[in-house]
Amino acid sequence: MSTNSSTGAGGNYLDVRDLRVEFPTEDGLVRAVDGVSFTLQRGQTLAIVGESGSGKSVTSQAIMGLHNRKSANISGQVILEGEDLIAMSDEGVRKLRGQKMAMIFQDPLSSLHPFYTVGKQLVEAVRVHQDVTKDAARKQAIAMLDRVGIPNPDRRVDDYPHQLSGGMRQRVMIAMALLNSPTLLIADEPTTALDVTVQAQILELLKDLQRDFNTAIIVITHDLGVVADMADEVVVMYGGRLVEHGSVRDIFHRPEMPYTLGLLASMPRLDHGRSSRLDPIPGLPPSLIRLPKGCVFRPRCTYHDKVPNGLCDTERPELITTAPNHEVRCHMTADVRRAIAVERLGARIEETA
Amino acid sequence: MSGYIVRRLISMVLMLLLLTLVVFLLFSVLPTDPARLTCGKACTPEVIAANRHNLGLDLPLWQQYWDFVKGIFVGRTYGSGTQTYSCDAPCLGYSFKRGEEVTTLIKQGFPATFWLATGAFIMWIVVGVSVGIYAALRRGKWQDKTVMGISLIGYSLPSFFIGLVLLYFIILKWELLPYPSYVSPFENPVAFFQTMLLPWIVLAILYAAFYMRLTRNQMLDTLGEDYIRTARAKGLSERIVIRKHGLRAGLTPIVTAAGLDLAGLLGGAIITESIFSLPGIGSLAVNSVVDADLPLIVGITLVTATFIIVANLIVDLLYAVIDPRVRLV
Ligand SMILES: Nc1ncnc2c1ncn2[C@@H]1O[C@H](COP(=O)(O)OP(=O)(O)O)[C@@H](O)[C@H]1O
Ligand code: SF4
Ligand SMILES: [Mg+2]
Repeated sequence: MSTNSSTGAGGNYLDVRDLRVEFPTEDGLVRAVDGVSFTLQRGQTLAIVGESGSGKSVTSQAIMGLHNRKSANISGQVILEGEDLIAMSDEGVRKLRGQKMAMIFQDPLSSLHPFYTVGKQLVEAVRVHQDVTKDAARKQAIAMLDRVGIPNPDRRVDDYPHQLSGGMRQRVMIAMALLNSPTLLIADEPTTALDVTVQAQILELLKDLQRDFNTAIIVITHDLGVVADMADEVVVMYGGRLVEHGSVRDIFHRPEMPYTLGLLASMPRLDHGRSSRLDPIPGLPPSLIRLPKGCVFRPRCTYHDKVPNGLCDTERPELITTAPNHEVRCHMTADVRRAIAVERLGARIEETA
Repeated sequence: MSGYIVRRLISMVLMLLLLTLVVFLLFSVLPTDPARLTCGKACTPEVIAANRHNLGLDLPLWQQYWDFVKGIFVGRTYGSGTQTYSCDAPCLGYSFKRGEEVTTLIKQGFPATFWLATGAFIMWIVVGVSVGIYAALRRGKWQDKTVMGISLIGYSLPSFFIGLVLLYFIILKWELLPYPSYVSPFENPVAFFQTMLLPWIVLAILYAAFYMRLTRNQMLDTLGEDYIRTARAKGLSERIVIRKHGLRAGLTPIVTAAGLDLAGLLGGAIITESIFSLPGIGSLAVNSVVDADLPLIVGITLVTATFIIVANLIVDLLYAVIDPRVRLV
């Protein structure tokens, strides 16, 4: 993995700092993302995992500038190659969207416009950012369809989305995202709507394209198989907060936060990389309007009695660095956390020095 | 596609036949005796009996129905011997009350209704749809709330109320417009517009109020769709996202509603026509009910239903043109 020269201050290609997204609603303020920070380099993949409703999509859409700033309160910094997108004008961010940074979504059928052909939608994506004729854009579109593995691209280009299979549609979405050679690609549950064999193909394609274009990828998923397959680094989110952050090895072999342990415990065999859905951990995710006073995971955590003075009920745990580049949000001491991880996951855990 | 149209046309004819049957049976079980209604107060039983015979009302019900349906397709004759009257196809019956063929009466009423409906249609579509879009784009803001409030008022005010208020102030009190008296636009365009302006407004208010709401809600639904998010993710400007991606999908359902509403109005706008004394199908319908003029009631019902059924077909065909997912099979 080559680290490209195009990095911003601090040497990171993407630097998300203390990102917060709140939605004022009739029921109260929804704290969808509450202080999330991470960095990403070109050619690297970051996975964001967590149960549904934990704020993964809101985070990624905040990076893309897809929230309406009038109806969402956004704060923090999203620094892409040295430029802060949160501070940038809407128009400035719009010009980067689809060009420097692109996104693919979970459900390719609903994400493509039903009334326009694939070709029309691709040509449009080319021509927003490139001053080329329709014919030239169409040639690019066909070439890209070919590149993402669509057979007979010169005929498929005139199909409507509903005429394609689910896997083909997701390939079209990927082609659309890649048309302007973005260097940051966000894939929000790119394979959730697809069947297993197609899932594997799409992931291969993404990795393949990443090698070719040296793209930084954020992949959002609740499938730990996808994480094992794709990611270099992992962010675990719970209740709108980042609860653990580390390399794939850290997360799979040296996890410390009880929520991460729960996620891993629900996965049958880690090292075989077989795609498996997470079994829900007993209990429900918290309401993002009335978060528990102490640790957000407290209502579902079986280890809070390991923390003295009922701190879990009264105080928000800070994100602490437990090892280089490995952060955890939990009141337990490092020794206790590690002991619990070994007890819970046994052989999966590497003995740490 | 042509196979589909043929099938739709056949089912359309079957539906209309069924409808004639229902309407026919409905009126035949009414306690009023149509033959008795054919002449005035000083009527002798002999005359009634003769009329009953001439109208075919002494025949068995199925025979009457058969004659009626036959009349629509090939025409029919009333009476017998020297006293016959022939009614050419499409014969919807003969109104003894008015001494005129039902078809002729409806044809006479059609122009006023047609102009009323089309003029109001244009007004309400232009106003309703554009205001609806405007409200959707300012969702939740005071502009949106104002529009929705106005829409609610417009929708809940009965049109006879609006009509009478306008009639009283603008025509009677302030004499801004002459008292309405229908003329063809080809005869006297100025008088035509003077007559039609208020009826158009009254009718358009009711529908515009409804279309504002419909358009706003459709647009909001569409703007929440995943493909709109994709359009934004591509880097398209908000203007293009809304115009090219939003309107195209959001306004499609409006086409259906508009087609059916227009068709419904072509069958007469009863209240508006009555208030402004427009000699249209709506007024004709009211009078036919008041006079218990059964052949006319049956005729108008059929014509109105035909408009709606045909409009349904047209709207479905249009939909297939607009939405590539719709396949006519
Ligand atoms: N526009 C919005 N207004 C209010 N709440 C929102 C909005 N968008 C997302 N949310 C809430 O934010 C939370 C996180 O959503 P999301 O990021 O989509 O979760 P996920 O991790 O499943 O992707 C959810 O509870 C969702 O209801
Ligand atoms: S802080 Fe307490 S409640 Fe939260 S995860 Fe740690 S032990 Fe559990
Ligand atoms: Mg999501």
